[in-house]
Amino acid sequence: MIEAKNLTKRYGAKTAVDDLSFTVRPGIVTGFLGPNGAGKSTTMRMILGLDAPTGGSVTVGGRPYRQHAKPLQVVGALLEARAVHTSRSAYNHLLALAATHGIARSRVTDVIEMVGLQDVARKRAGGFSLGMGQRLGIASALLADPETLILDEPVNGLDPEGIRWIRDLLKGLAADGHTVFVSSHLMSEMALTADHVIVIGRGRLMADMPMAELIAQASSSMVVVRSPQAAALAAALTAADVTVSRPDPGTLEVTGLTAAEVGDRARDLGIALHGLAPHTASLEEAFMEMTRDEVEFHATAPTGHTTLRSAS
Amino acid sequence: MSTLVTDSALSTAAPDVMHVERVSSLRVLRSEWVKLRSLRSTAVTAMAAVALMVALGWLFGWGTERQWSELRPDERASFSAVDTTLAGYYLAQLAVGVLGVLLVTGEYATGMIRATFGAVPRRLPVLWAKGALYGVVTFGLMLVASLVAFLGGQQLLGPHGTTLSGDGVARAMVGVAGYLALIGVFSVALGFVVRSTAGGVATLFGLLLVAPTLGLLLPASWREHLLPYLPSNAGASFFSAHPSADGLSATAGLLVLVAWVVVALLGAAVLVTRRDA
Repeated sequence: MIEAKNLTKRYGAKTAVDDLSFTVRPGIVTGFLGPNGAGKSTTMRMILGLDAPTGGSVTVGGRPYRQHAKPLQVVGALLEARAVHTSRSAYNHLLALAATHGIARSRVTDVIEMVGLQDVARKRAGGFSLGMGQRLGIASALLADPETLILDEPVNGLDPEGIRWIRDLLKGLAADGHTVFVSSHLMSEMALTADHVIVIGRGRLMADMPMAELIAQASSSMVVVRSPQAAALAAALTAADVTVSRPDPGTLEVTGLTAAEVGDRARDLGIALHGLAPHTASLEEAFMEMTRDEVEFHATAPTGHTTLRSAS
Repeated sequence: MSTLVTDSALSTAAPDVMHVERVSSLRVLRSEWVKLRSLRSTAVTAMAAVALMVALGWLFGWGTERQWSELRPDERASFSAVDTTLAGYYLAQLAVGVLGVLLVTGEYATGMIRATFGAVPRRLPVLWAKGALYGVVTFGLMLVASLVAFLGGQQLLGPHGTTLSGDGVARAMVGVAGYLALIGVFSVALGFVVRSTAGGVATLFGLLLVAPTLGLLLPASWREHLLPYLPSNAGASFFSAHPSADGLSATAGLLVLVAWVVVALLGAAVLVTRRDA
């Protein structure tokens, strides 16, 4: 269980995390989503006590991370930037971490096998590929069998098989009652892994809801209808919970009704339809829509106006 | 297999039952020992310090013996058989200092420090453990190196040599090892303060090599109030069998050097707990 209350981090004039409050519950995978530079890594570092908040507080398992007697058993973390001495072997890296908590050598060997690094465990970690580095990071995170797992962009640099493995691992851990908090800037990845999602942009909370709800919201079905009698159909369809717009004389965009309902209504009215298509916005579109004004660096639009837009 | 200590069984990820203990000073010390012995650069630099100590001791012993007939009377008067064969400390201290800085800045440079502080979020135990461990290891290693440098050097000095039971010999050897150990602890603290290898090594060399030389350009009245308090001069006043006349007493020298180390450690402690990792 992770609880952030009014968490704020400022670096000089720049606010990286802005009054963020959220709870990450055990038993599910919680996705932490936001564009690059949204403050995800900073938030995660504050949870781990690596960065001190400018304001607010965050606790893991009821108290600040620093106050736990067996911190590695409380949180296992994989941070985005590597946290391994490049000249040390994976085995000795894990052994050094294990020693702080009196964890047996056999456990070090176990986690190495668990992540599939047994063949390179005695080689210097500096020579590892991105994917091997991520696996070593996950091995360190799992070392003390922690209640909570915090993973910053864990699928970065992994091949499809590795991505699948992480996904299954995280789901398995959550199913066993662990708290799993995983960040990504990819909505599509989160949609496959997370049960709950916390979205931030420019350090501010944008959404905190079950993944299913976000998907439902994103795919608020719009039906595109083409008809020679579009005006008449529009008048007939418009109701309290139905919105109809007419981008061109022969086309209607209907929200609040399914394609079947629109078709049936048209038949009842004797209106001819030349086209009837449900249109579902992708999650990626929903995410971009949600965070559009919160992206730190916009590519310059062809019209040349927005470069560094301040959040509204 | 029934001693389940973890409060949550992790069937997918933990096939074995495991035991997790509280973080303690002793465990942090053990962890730092694993780190110290698992880097090749550590072994190479430590061996360099030993080699410098021994090789220079022998070289000076051999050279002095060969040149003895050409030494001026004042040179013969100030000659110390112990100091001559322990002169390698001057270069060994650089190797010891660089390694001390690297043990810390290497972690900052690679990001390892985040893993270290993730496992020991109170952080201070890491500072104490690194300092204590490196101090003890340096002391042991340099004591052996001094002994080898001394014994070989005395052989080479022939008739001008002395023995282990000679006046001030034991103190000089323990003193040199102690000096190098304190320089080692100081460098570890410096590493935590500066966090970058370049900055740490530059500061260290400035303090050990440049300041004593540059200080000679100061007016005499300032010189005598400042120079004896530099770490290198304070050290020399307690391990040297023939210390310079305008230096501190042995006890005062030791206290001054210890004060440098304590101040560096306290500065490091404040910064380590306050700064973001």
